[in-house]
Amino acid sequence: MELDKFSYDNKIVKAFIIATVIFGLVGMLVGLTIALQLVWPVFNFELQYTTFGRIRPLHTNAVIFAFVGNAMFAGVYYSMQRLLKTRMYSDTLSWIHFWGWQLIILAAAITLPLGLTTSKEYAELEWPIDIAITLIWVVFGWNMIGTILRRREQHMYVAIWFYIATFVTVAVLHIVNSFEMPVSLFKSYSWYAGVQDALVQWWYGHNAVAFFLTTPYLGMMYYFLPKAANRPVYSYRLSIIHFWSLIFIYIWAGPHHLLYSTLPDWAQSLGTVFSIMLIAPSWGGMLNGLMTLRGAWDRVREDVVLKFMVVAVTAYGMATLEGPLLSLKNVNAIAHFTDWIVAHVHVGGLGWNGFLIFGMLYWLVPRMWNTKIWSPKLANFHFWIGTLGIIFYALPMYISGVTQSLMWKEFNPEGFLVYKNFLETTVQILPMHMLRAFGGLLYLTGAIVMTYNLVKTAYAGSFVANEAAEAAPLVKTESSSGGWHHWLESKPVLFSALALVSILIGGIVEMVPTFLIKSNVPTISSVKPYTPLELHGRDIYIREGCVSCHSQLVRPFRSEVERYDPLGGEYSKSGEYVYDHPFLWGSKRTGPDLHRLGGKYSDSWHYNHMLAPDAVSTGSIMPAYPWLFEQAIDKTTTAAKIKALRTIGVPYEEGYESRANDDLDMQARRMAENLQLEGIEVEPDAEIIALIAYLQRLGKDIKASKTADNTLSTGNQ
Amino acid sequence: MYKNVLQQIENVQVWPIISFVIFFLFFLFLLWYVFTADKRFIRYMKEMPLNEKNNTQSVNEKTSNT
Repeated sequence: MELDKFSYDNKIVKAFIIATVIFGLVGMLVGLTIALQLVWPVFNFELQYTTFGRIRPLHTNAVIFAFVGNAMFAGVYYSMQRLLKTRMYSDTLSWIHFWGWQLIILAAAITLPLGLTTSKEYAELEWPIDIAITLIWVVFGWNMIGTILRRREQHMYVAIWFYIATFVTVAVLHIVNSFEMPVSLFKSYSWYAGVQDALVQWWYGHNAVAFFLTTPYLGMMYYFLPKAANRPVYSYRLSIIHFWSLIFIYIWAGPHHLLYSTLPDWAQSLGTVFSIMLIAPSWGGMLNGLMTLRGAWDRVREDVVLKFMVVAVTAYGMATLEGPLLSLKNVNAIAHFTDWIVAHVHVGGLGWNGFLIFGMLYWLVPRMWNTKIWSPKLANFHFWIGTLGIIFYALPMYISGVTQSLMWKEFNPEGFLVYKNFLETTVQILPMHMLRAFGGLLYLTGAIVMTYNLVKTAYAGSFVANEAAEAAPLVKTESSSGGWHHWLESKPVLFSALALVSILIGGIVEMVPTFLIKSNVPTISSVKPYTPLELHGRDIYIREGCVSCHSQLVRPFRSEVERYDPLGGEYSKSGEYVYDHPFLWGSKRTGPDLHRLGGKYSDSWHYNHMLAPDAVSTGSIMPAYPWLFEQAIDKTTTAAKIKALRTIGVPYEEGYESRANDDLDMQARRMAENLQLEGIEVEPDAEIIALIAYLQRLGKDIKASKTADNTLSTGNQ
Repeated sequence: MYKNVLQQIENVQVWPIISFVIFFLFFLFLLWYVFTADKRFIRYMKEMPLNEKNNTQSVNEKTSNT
């Protein structure tokens, strides 16, 4: 048969590699900065654009979507062309994808420090950027499916299935979680409220880890690890089971992020059960990767690419065992909201994603530039300093997480909390945070050394932009000797549809009951919508990223009720959140929970605390927020906010938007007058007034319901 | 927004059990498939990343040659 002559597009892979390296360095540098901020608040620079709350999402977005994302595209574009024996479907689509993605990253880098955020973790970008992400993702999928349809290889190798599942699932996740009601060009409210918003967010958040950080990288593992080891994958049969079990089970596990929250119990248990089941496919995949090296372990000693990959796959195994264990309610009770979770995600991020990327880059760059790695010694140095970096990062965080959690829970024989002041537990773990920052510094140093080595390698070689290849054209054959999956692997569209069905079942079973059934979210009659001033305050809370450090979810533990609501004795209830678009439960308590904060301190305490936290609470690591005292509330948006919220179900009466600013002025004036009595002069329209109004509202409704009950029962006597 | 469409749902616990059964049956089916699949096909797929330089043949041609 006559062979087709064609070429593989290496130029697009090169572009994604350059973006990976640059954004990797940027993302890690921001990570190091926020690590320092958690020890020395001076690194917040007293600038609103560089506080922890605003640049923590910059770090997560940069490493997830810019570093890991660009590396994923580099790996996919390189391996897919070769596995399917064809050039990418369209060079134009490839370049629209590349530049579109970089523009989205640029938009994120500008908007996040400006405080333009939805506050939903890993989905912080505002609605116009969400639309751009959707469009670019479609371009990626279009290019990918087009390539698959034009292939010269009848069957799709396992890596391709993982890429298909990634495309399909991330599309579903992103669209469902990004349903939001625009207020202005850069402000929107989540379509969902409270517990439902939380469920959708963590269904998204968990599966972003699954289908952005895991499945594409498993696909890359199945391609690059056999290439680097020069031997086929250990078991192709296992990879079939690995793939289908993993994508089916992963999608269910989201509720394990919400254990002991107000999510209905059956949904929490569902998350736990499926998380435990997840160990099987995850470890199946890990073992398949490691066993690929059977008989070649001696080469791991010499080959730096294999070294990186072995640590990556091992880290994957550790993180995927730890994840299910963290999903057990008794373990979660200790680990949730602490540094343990930070350690867990960084074993995955630094170990699995980071090291697989480094291994892939050290393998790809010499091949694409037709040369050898410039300095194997430096690459080895990178491996060791990177490994040390992971250890210095993770170990202190485990110690810190468990220490702080046990301190939160410790009672003395008299039945009182031993560490009543939250700050004591923060100060206790500062040395661990210093060590963590040191670990991050080591890891970043390794990445810088790699950059130098890769640049030198590229300069030493000559880049092959279009790699010549030849293959026989695909002959359609109907008969199938390999059975059902054999047949399915030659039907990419049907394959994608089946993958979609697998992931939709889990999502639907979790969401439908929670959304459609009234009994799942019991209402509390005293819970009322926020006043316009409080609403502005809440939006400032969102803008400043307070949710990065403060939860709003008192779990049903004696230690938490005693700490956060000693007088009322109320843990958080679903009904309290019905007007919270978006929910602000948070996922980490660097500072105390705030759900019962209202009325705990005076307005003047909050005023002074926001101005100089350290002066009010000695040793506090919270940054100061001086700009809140100078900037005025943007009252021009009040009407639009009220209208938007009414559209998505908050019962503001018709026409209220025209009177809302009058109510706002009145409440603000009253607060300013009260502050004046305590000797504080403040403009009523300063942002700090709105923020204090919001903070003082937190937990007030549940207290009001108790008062109402008491009055009722007294009246009956 | 469609919220609170139903007042109550009977035995919501049965939902996850049904899904688990669907998954488990599918899993058994997969096991049955992989253990009965054509060995030559499995070997061909397994070696695909390492066979890039070689000329491709459809698996059916290859298996019929053997």
